[in-house]
This record gives sequence, C-alpha cells and structure tokens, in this order.
Amino acid sequence: MRIGNLVQKKVKYGRQKSLFDKLKENKEFLILIMPAVLYFVIWHYLPMLGVVIAFKDYTYFGGILGSKWVGFDNFKFFFLSNDAWRITRNTVSYGALFIVVNAISASVVALLLFEIKNRMAIKVYQTIIILPNFLSWVVVGFVTYILFNPTLGVVNQLLSFVGIKEVDLYMEPKYWLFILTVTNTWKGLGMNTIIYYAALLGTNQELFEAADLDGANGLQKCWHISVPSLIPLMTILSILAVGNILRGDFGLFYQISRDVGALYPTTDVIDTYIYRGIRTGDMSVATAVGFFQSFVGFALVIATNKIVKKIEPSNSLF
Amino acid sequence: MKSKKKIYSRIVIHLFFVLLCLTFFIPMLYVISISLSSDAEISRFGYRLFPNNITWDAYKYIFRNTRQLIDSYKVTAITSIFGGALSVLVMTMVAYPLSRENFHFKKSISFFIFFTMLFSGGLIPTYILNTQYLGLNNNVWIYILPGLASAWYIIIIRTFFQQLPSSLVESAKIDGASEITIFAKIVMPLSTPVVATVFLMVLLAKWNDWYTTLIYIRDSKLYTLQYMLQKILREVEFIRSVTSEMSMGMNISLDQEVPTEPVRFAMVIVAAGPTLVIFPFFQKYFTKGMTIGAVKG
Repeated sequence: MRIGNLVQKKVKYGRQKSLFDKLKENKEFLILIMPAVLYFVIWHYLPMLGVVIAFKDYTYFGGILGSKWVGFDNFKFFFLSNDAWRITRNTVSYGALFIVVNAISASVVALLLFEIKNRMAIKVYQTIIILPNFLSWVVVGFVTYILFNPTLGVVNQLLSFVGIKEVDLYMEPKYWLFILTVTNTWKGLGMNTIIYYAALLGTNQELFEAADLDGANGLQKCWHISVPSLIPLMTILSILAVGNILRGDFGLFYQISRDVGALYPTTDVIDTYIYRGIRTGDMSVATAVGFFQSFVGFALVIATNKIVKKIEPSNSLF
Repeated sequence: MKSKKKIYSRIVIHLFFVLLCLTFFIPMLYVISISLSSDAEISRFGYRLFPNNITWDAYKYIFRNTRQLIDSYKVTAITSIFGGALSVLVMTMVAYPLSRENFHFKKSISFFIFFTMLFSGGLIPTYILNTQYLGLNNNVWIYILPGLASAWYIIIIRTFFQQLPSSLVESAKIDGASEITIFAKIVMPLSTPVVATVFLMVLLAKWNDWYTTLIYIRDSKLYTLQYMLQKILREVEFIRSVTSEMSMGMNISLDQEVPTEPVRFAMVIVAAGPTLVIFPFFQKYFTKGMTIGAVKG
C-alpha cells in the first residue's frame, strides 16, 4: 500500500504547470474578465499614475509629462495655507460624527422596529423611512431650502411667529455642523436601519427563548442579545467608513449648503475644495490634496483593520 | 399588570415611528403645496403647508414648453438603463470566473479589483484623463463608461454565484459545456435576483446623478434630470430660458412673469416625483443588496 501511495504521489505532482498552460486552460475565463479588467485599468489604475501631477506645476499646455517638476511644493503650499486646516478639520469632524450618529441612530431605530410585531406596520414604516434614500441631494437641497430660505422659509416663519428676529441661515456658519448632520442622518436613516434590522432578524431565536425562561425583561433581552448581535456589522461598516472619513459626500456638502462662500468655514470639505480646483484651473494643488486624501484613507483602513484584528479577529475586514 | 406595561411601550414605539414618518411626509407636502400656490401668495406669506388658493399655473407653465424636460428625461433614462445593463453585464462576466475554484488567477484578479476600493487617483487625474485623453468632455458616453464596474457590486455578485450548487456546473462540464456556455446558459438564468438587485442599484445611482453633468457637460441637451433641477433652483434665468423658448424673436409677452417659486417646486414634482413613486416598489431589492454587501463586505 505504501508503494501504491508513492506511485500516486508521483503521478499527482508531475509536471508543474507553466504560465502559458494556465493561460490556455483558463482561456474562456480570461475572455470573460477582459471588459472589466480593461475598465479598471483605464479608469482606476491610469488615474493613479496621474498622481504625479501632484508633484508638478501642471499647465494645460505642458500636459502631464511636459509640466515642470516641483517636488513637494504643492503639498507645502496646501499645508501651510489656512485652507488645509479648515477643510481637513471639517472633513474629519463630519466623517467621525457621521459614523457615530449613523450607527447609533440606525441601530436604535432598528431595535425599536424589532419590537414591533405587527407585520403590516413594519412594512409601512420601512417603506416610508427609506423614501429619502431615493432622492438625490438636489431634491433634498430643495427641501432644506424650504426650511432655510431667508424670507420665505419655514424656520424663519416659526421664528418670527415667536417673536425672534429672522436669520439668514445661509450666512451663519455656526449652525451648519448640526444642520448637515441632521440632514445626512435624515437621508440615510431608512437604508441603514434596514441593514441593521436584517442583522437583528438573523439572531438566534433560541437565545431569546432562553432569556424568556430566565425571566429577562425586554430591555435586558435587548441589551444582552440584540445589541451584541449588531456589533460585528457595526464594526465592519465603521471600518469601511473610517477609510472614507476623508471623503465627504460631495452631494451633501455642495447641495445643502448651496456652495455659499460665507459658510465655507464649517461646510467646506476636501472634496468641495478639490472640485473648486477644477473650476479655477489650479489642478496641481488640488491633485496633491486628492492624493493626500486617498493615501491617508488607505492607511486608515489598514490601521483600523489591524486594531480590530487585535481586539476581535472575526470582525475584521481582511 | 405586565400586559399594561407592554401595551404602553408598544404605543410609545408606534408613536415614535409615526412621528418619524411625519418628518418624511411633511417636506413632501410642502413641495406639493408650494407648487400649487401662486407666486404672489408665496411672496406674502412664505412657504405654507396648505395653499390658500390652489393654482395650476406653475404646471401649465412647465408643460407649455417641455423641451428641456424631455431632453433631460431622455438622456437620464437612456444612459441609466443602457448604462445599467452594460454595467451588470460586465460585472457578472468578471464575477463568474472569480467564483470558480479552477480559475488560476482568482487571487490576483480579486486583489486587483478590490484594491480600487481602497485607493484611487482622485478627481483631477480622472478629469484630465476623461477630458484630454479620452474625449469624453461634453459627451454622452461620460455617463456610461466611467462608472461601468464597481468592486462593491462585483463582490455581491460573486457571493451569489458562489452559493449556487456546484453540482450544476459539474454536470454541465461533464456534458462537455464550455465555461462561457455554462455562464450564459446555466449561471445567468439562475441569477435573476442578484442581477435585478445590482441593476436597480446602478440604475438609481445613475438616475439621480448630477455630479457628472456638473463636472463634464456644457450642452444643455445632455443635462441629467437632477442637474436640470439644481440649475432651476439656483438660476432664475435658467427658468426663463427653460419655460419661454418661444419668446425668441417672437412677441415677448412680458405680462407673463415667470412664477419663479412655484415653478421650481413644480419641477421637483415633475422631475423627481416618478422616481419616488416607482423605486419604493423595488425596495426589497435595495435592502437585500445593501445587506449582502455589508455583511459579506
């Protein structure tokens, strides 16, 4: 029998497959993946090469290759300017705030939804709260405009009704951290809640039955069973969100604040800043900022993932 | 005693949700109400929940000259549906080999695609690529090509493929079918749920797109629906040009002032209303897609 094994082994590990053989064998697979691979090469990997613009003084006439090399000058210019601190602080603050607020609000609403037994009610509520998800930020911008319009808006109507002086919210930066957070939550709550709700539906029923036998009340069941079952999902979503913490939702910041310059101190984020780079033609610095954004985001995902791996490996992304 | 407490908490919870739902209803009511008011009434009283006198002037104004509206609907519909279908095709094609054990390059291609979720060249290099090297500036293909595939959706599709019973594929191979045949004739027909989900998600994203137009398009004939909408919110002159094209070179009837405010919001109803009515019917596809994507990550 041993000799038989040996013989079998020898046959199995016969000739190593060469690259050419592998290509031939998978020829059909390769045909199938070609369009997508081509797409990623052109629209994702080629632009990565364009990062060199961040190190050059880019002009339209010089092109990418012809423009002058300036090393880290663009980065220096950006970081020493007032803008750098402002937009980075804004972007990160909003990013972190959104992660926390979204996770908490969605899980709370999901937990509440979980308590409802009437299936018709569940469906109706879900359908209604998910509606804003289908709106674009443009339409949401109209809605906030209804509220904030300096002369016709609802907020000002209410204020003057109680005797407070009207305020043009589009000229007051200090309220916008609150405004943008609430708006962002309003739009995303439906979808996020449903994701968390789906996770709750997946929890083991036996756990709840066992808890009932032990005499646990609703709140205890919620805290000890439901909440822990949401933690893995929350972790994964938060890791992905952290990687994107430097990317604001351009729609939110551009449409709701209506790109009003007076509000930039609290509403300007990295993406709106880069966008203005195209408008003004100052591409080099904007590219440097974009590179900074991608690079730091990438590092953050890796770092966060490493941290999570140390705490609870099964919750990590990779 | 216990049931009284339970009933009490039930009521509170339902009340919470009713209030929550109101925060979504009331804005819609305002939009409808403003669109049905007269400009004069709005100037006097501001935006109101229910108009004192319902006038259909704003809508009449819009439907008197619908060229821009029709153009935008056309562009948005065609690029969304066609682009969405093309996207789904390309993505299912790449997801299939990634779901098969005997694809030698599975690991490297997976990494190649997944990496794009972590790092990107940024807006400016992409902009330069699209405008100076690919000629997509002011070109309708800008709506279709740059968003063609997404690592996120590919992962969702691949997960679905991996869950199909392998016996189907095995028996087809024994019958001598090629991989492409298996993909087209066996795997795809079974994949309607995931195809529908991804298609709808891509469709929604493209349907609501205004960012692409903002960056790349100058020709008003190529405006997407949402971009046209945002222009109307911001520029009074645009409203004039949209609704009174026949005034060029003909008798300009100045007694018909553009009812700016109602027209803006009537436009919202006309441009975004159908979306709000149609997409919720497909709600379950979106929730399924997002859930799978989030859970499988």
